Amino acid sequence: MHYNWDWSILLQEPYLQWLISGTGWTIAVSLAAWVIAVTVGSLIGIARTLPNRMVAGIATAYTEIFRNIPLLVQLFLWYFVLPEIVPEPLGHWIKRDLPLPEYTTAVIGLGFYTAARISEQVRAGIQSLSRGLSMAGYAQGLTLTQVYRHILLPVAFRLIVPPFTTEFLTVFKNSSLALTIGVLELTAQSGQISEYSFHSFEAYTAATVIYILITMGVTAVMTVIERRLPVAT
Amino acid sequence: MKDLELIVDSMPFLLQGLGLSLLLAALAAAGGIMMAVVLALLRLSSNRFLSGAAAVYVNFFRSMPLILVIFWFFFLVPMVIGRPVGSFYSALIAFTLFEAAHYTEIIRAGILSVSRGQGWAAAATGLTYGQSLRHVILPQAFRNMTPLLLTQGIILFQDTSLVFVVSLSDFLTTVTIVARNEGRLVSMYVFAALVYFALCFAASRVVGGLQKKAIR
Repeated sequence: MHYNWDWSILLQEPYLQWLISGTGWTIAVSLAAWVIAVTVGSLIGIARTLPNRMVAGIATAYTEIFRNIPLLVQLFLWYFVLPEIVPEPLGHWIKRDLPLPEYTTAVIGLGFYTAARISEQVRAGIQSLSRGLSMAGYAQGLTLTQVYRHILLPVAFRLIVPPFTTEFLTVFKNSSLALTIGVLELTAQSGQISEYSFHSFEAYTAATVIYILITMGVTAVMTVIERRLPVAT
Repeated sequence: MKDLELIVDSMPFLLQGLGLSLLLAALAAAGGIMMAVVLALLRLSSNRFLSGAAAVYVNFFRSMPLILVIFWFFFLVPMVIGRPVGSFYSALIAFTLFEAAHYTEIIRAGILSVSRGQGWAAAATGLTYGQSLRHVILPQAFRNMTPLLLTQGIILFQDTSLVFVVSLSDFLTTVTIVARNEGRLVSMYVFAALVYFALCFAASRVVGGLQKKAIR
């Protein structure tokens, strides 16, 4: 085994700059995708528990479709297929005028994929509540909306905050798939540094350390949030 | 119609790709589960050094993106072995080590789900630690966690599509080659999505059925 070590390479330009910008893009993709995932995922998850069977059925279909196709294939569908199958003016707009096309596509693809996973957590959280809660609500004369707004959701969301933060870490790691459609996030940048400098070991180590540090940071914040949100059982 | 013909014509090539995806998933799952049993036992061991080391392994791989792990092993495996070994083996090692970390958590929970009295009873009848694991604890643990292990297997199969980044000819890569050669990105990617969906949905249905049986 022969290898020329040179850790100082990581502090040289342009490599240091690449690592910083890669980390920035990774965080930017993850945060935006997570916001979409939590919003859409909560709505789909709630819809899956509604008494209306058609709404619940459509929401379940959403989850099954997005869960059973690999994320990478989904990204390709958003990036290569969608602009071709929508009405032509819209397709033209996506191809020519969509701001930051790779970034936007990655965020949407990752967001809607993760939404399916989050909807599963939200559904499980709501269904784990005793049926007596909603029955008591209806007996008081509350409407369906009121039962969800004042009883089910406030209780269920305390149960599902921990999974939400875990999902953030999943999004954060999955954001590396954005490199396949050309987003120069952290993994892509470390690959690029390895190609340009031939110092693969140092480049991948840098990326690995950054991923681990951010994961540890998020986990620490998570623990604090979970302690502050006591679950009433 | 032309698209259907294209798919039929390239079927042997595409099936080869699909075969590689399935083989990679099956081997990595088998190897990953075997490693994970050992890691889970270490993790549960009363020796703090061993359980700490296993925890570091698990947390390390769980905080890394799979693509970065694939990059690492495509660089490391040939360097450590000293000669090129072919990208399939590099990918297989990367997936096995990565999945082992994810399987460990499932197996650890499975072992903990077996009532502690079982272990005590086994020890009381004079079984050694190894015997009680092999005849009492692990069989029950595996029964409890089979659905979760299979679900993780489906996720693993979907993850094999990531070897696309190193151009190993799995299903998605072969689909992409056909799509680019013939300029039919739309129909080929839709086809790939349908195939993955059909396989994974059917498999998850089977697992769901098993789960219901287990609960009953």
